[in-house]
Amino acid sequence: MSSLLKITDLHVSVDEKPILKGVSLEIRQGEIHALMGPNGSGKSTLAYTLVGHPKYEVTSGSIEIDGVPLNDLDPCERARLGMFLAFQYPVTIPGVKVADFLRHAVTNIRNPARKEGESLIPMRDFRKELKDRMEELGMDVEFARRYLNEGFSGGEKKRMEILQLAMLQPKFAILDETDSGLDSDAVRVVSEGLRKLAGPQMGVLIITHHERLLEYNVPQFTHVILAGRIVETGDASLAHELHNHGYAAVRQRHPAEAAEEQEHQKVAPKVAAIAK
Amino acid sequence: MTTDVPVLDDEIGVGDYQYGFHDPTDKYVFKSRRGLDRDIVHQISEMKNEPMWMREFRLEALDLFYSKPMPTWGGDMSELDFQNMFYFVKASQGQEKSWDDVPDDIRKTYDRLGIPEAEKKYLAGVKAQYESEVVYGSLQEDLAKQGVIFTDTDSAVRDYPDLVREYFGTVIPSADNKFAALNSAVWSGGSFIYVPKGVKIEFPLQAYFRINTQNMGQFERTLIIVDEGASVHYVEGCTAPTYSSDSLHSAVVEILVKRGGRCRYTTIQNWSNNVYNLVTKRAKAYGDSLMEWVDGNLGSKLTMKYPAIYLMEPGARGETLSIAFAGKGQHQDAGAKMVHCAPYTSSRVISKSISKDGGRAGYRGLVKATHDAHHCKSNVVCDALILDSHSRSDTYPYIEVNHDNLTIEHEASVSKIAEEQLLYLMSRGMSETEASAMIVTGFIEPLVKELPMEYAVEMNRLIELQMEGSVG
Ligand SMILES: Nc1ncnc2c1ncn2[C@@H]1O[C@H](COP(=O)(O)OP(=O)(O)O)[C@@H](O)[C@H]1O
Ligand SMILES: [Mg+2]
Repeated sequence: MSSLLKITDLHVSVDEKPILKGVSLEIRQGEIHALMGPNGSGKSTLAYTLVGHPKYEVTSGSIEIDGVPLNDLDPCERARLGMFLAFQYPVTIPGVKVADFLRHAVTNIRNPARKEGESLIPMRDFRKELKDRMEELGMDVEFARRYLNEGFSGGEKKRMEILQLAMLQPKFAILDETDSGLDSDAVRVVSEGLRKLAGPQMGVLIITHHERLLEYNVPQFTHVILAGRIVETGDASLAHELHNHGYAAVRQRHPAEAAEEQEHQKVAPKVAAIAK
Repeated sequence: MTTDVPVLDDEIGVGDYQYGFHDPTDKYVFKSRRGLDRDIVHQISEMKNEPMWMREFRLEALDLFYSKPMPTWGGDMSELDFQNMFYFVKASQGQEKSWDDVPDDIRKTYDRLGIPEAEKKYLAGVKAQYESEVVYGSLQEDLAKQGVIFTDTDSAVRDYPDLVREYFGTVIPSADNKFAALNSAVWSGGSFIYVPKGVKIEFPLQAYFRINTQNMGQFERTLIIVDEGASVHYVEGCTAPTYSSDSLHSAVVEILVKRGGRCRYTTIQNWSNNVYNLVTKRAKAYGDSLMEWVDGNLGSKLTMKYPAIYLMEPGARGETLSIAFAGKGQHQDAGAKMVHCAPYTSSRVISKSISKDGGRAGYRGLVKATHDAHHCKSNVVCDALILDSHSRSDTYPYIEVNHDNLTIEHEASVSKIAEEQLLYLMSRGMSETEASAMIVTGFIEPLVKELPMEYAVEMNRLIELQMEGSVG
């Protein structure tokens, strides 16, 4: 039986400011969903909330995997239940080698009951697996010895996120603008990488502004988020339309949310300036 | 983070500090009464059957100790009671060449610390000092044949009087500071190393210092002479039982690195939380030589230690890598001193300090250049990581240079573990403790990677132990 990630009427605040205002979404293993929306509409907020970022406070609603509520679980516990986020802005962890980090991560995810200090997966098997995955993603194996994201270019960071996805094989993967800020070659690599990884064992939520990622990974569902609410859900053609024509039509169809978005942008002019 | 080595798992659990156990003391050979006076100094000297010059050296130092004021900077020493200490405790008859001959209790302690095992695997020689004297010593035969001397300093005074007399107290005179004077008066044990011209010792020589008695004062005295073109890596480790009242560790370490020689001195200090660790370490580096201090301070109640390098001749290089970790009830006042006494010398200091659970870790450093020390370079980088809001970090960099023909770079940073870093690691299945430990291990990685593998592993393991169960 395939697993189900169920988000029900989710309300989320950051610093007491409501950002998500009732998001409901169901993702099954094996499905690909696209989440689109203008800048500042709450896409990253949803992503962070799903993995349990402490800054994002769920004021009501629920997140469940196969009926197990995640609301009170910390990011580590959620990860061990199969949740994964490819971060929009992956942080640097100075001095921590990619291989050491991944060996810990892989051990914990594959053995969710593992306690601190218990042994890690055998070095030789791990090395081999890591090398294979890196080669599949066209990554120089030297990266395994580098410090996590330190001095990585934008494209290298995003590739590193995909490598982690490949190694951890989560049940549910959220990709937050993994294709942004990359040249077209890098977008292709990331897109192909995801296509190889996403299969019947993975439910995928792709947050994107571009088409390329979705061409390689055609979504069964496309959701449009505006001012913290999912206002429309369609198929791949909706993603195509949004890409070609922008959000003007969406705003017209949902004047209430568009007004809220306007209101919101007054208080957050910086976001407005870069909004699409 | 690759710490899959056999560890003393069964020992963990004496408080948070895994080396806090102690042995019975009823079979000891000798223990001086509490307190310090001329009689005690005489007694130590007599027990050691020393030549007259050394006895006089001690007595003179005792007067200096009395006359010098306590330092008013650094850490809080108001509870340090010199008259409550035992200044000389002899646990066994003498230095043994086989672990089998070391008294059972003591040997078991070193077994628990993993020393004999390390000796078999990767050491060129070992000295194990227990209380005031060295109870076990070894040196690889081929090194002995090449003229390398590795012995305890007590034996060296008897066996190599000329060498000792030529250098003893020349790098750190008794009058240098109150604790150097104290050590000079009551010193006992420590290592004496002589590496002849051109001899390069591949594997480390290790000394292991263990305090067992409550209110013990340990005053080892180490003298290392690296002759021209020779090289050595010396490593010391330190632990003590956890007691409710304090002990004192006040060593003096003097090093001479002659032309083209190379010496690396690595310390992994992990004293229990009741030890005052007030140590004077200084090296003189001559032409084209390299002196390196690698100083890891994890334990103790208060550590005040600023390993110094005097760059005596052109081409001399000095490098100090220092890690300080201050947990609950700990104050690490560590640092480095670089004194450029000649032109064309260079120095580098990298300091990393971590404080948590109300601990206080700081860097105190001095870069100094004499009048004629032109074309010198000095680079100092100190980074502090503070793990919670009630912990503290201080930086006191001093620079004394009277001319500008010298390049000094100084960088300092203070940081906290960012919420985003924790989230990132935790979202990959790391617990909060693991994530924090990983960030801390990464923070000190630039220094740890300088250590030989075995010590790097040990260092990371100690850091992880310090981090355990204390986050959140
Ligand atoms: N960590 C944060 N601190 C303050 N405001 C935030 C934070 N994260 C998101 N927001 C606010 O929430 C709104 C939605 O942001 P976000 O979820 O990042 O949008 P998107 O990813 O769709 O561009 C914006 O108004 C943004 O300013
Ligand atoms: Mg975003």
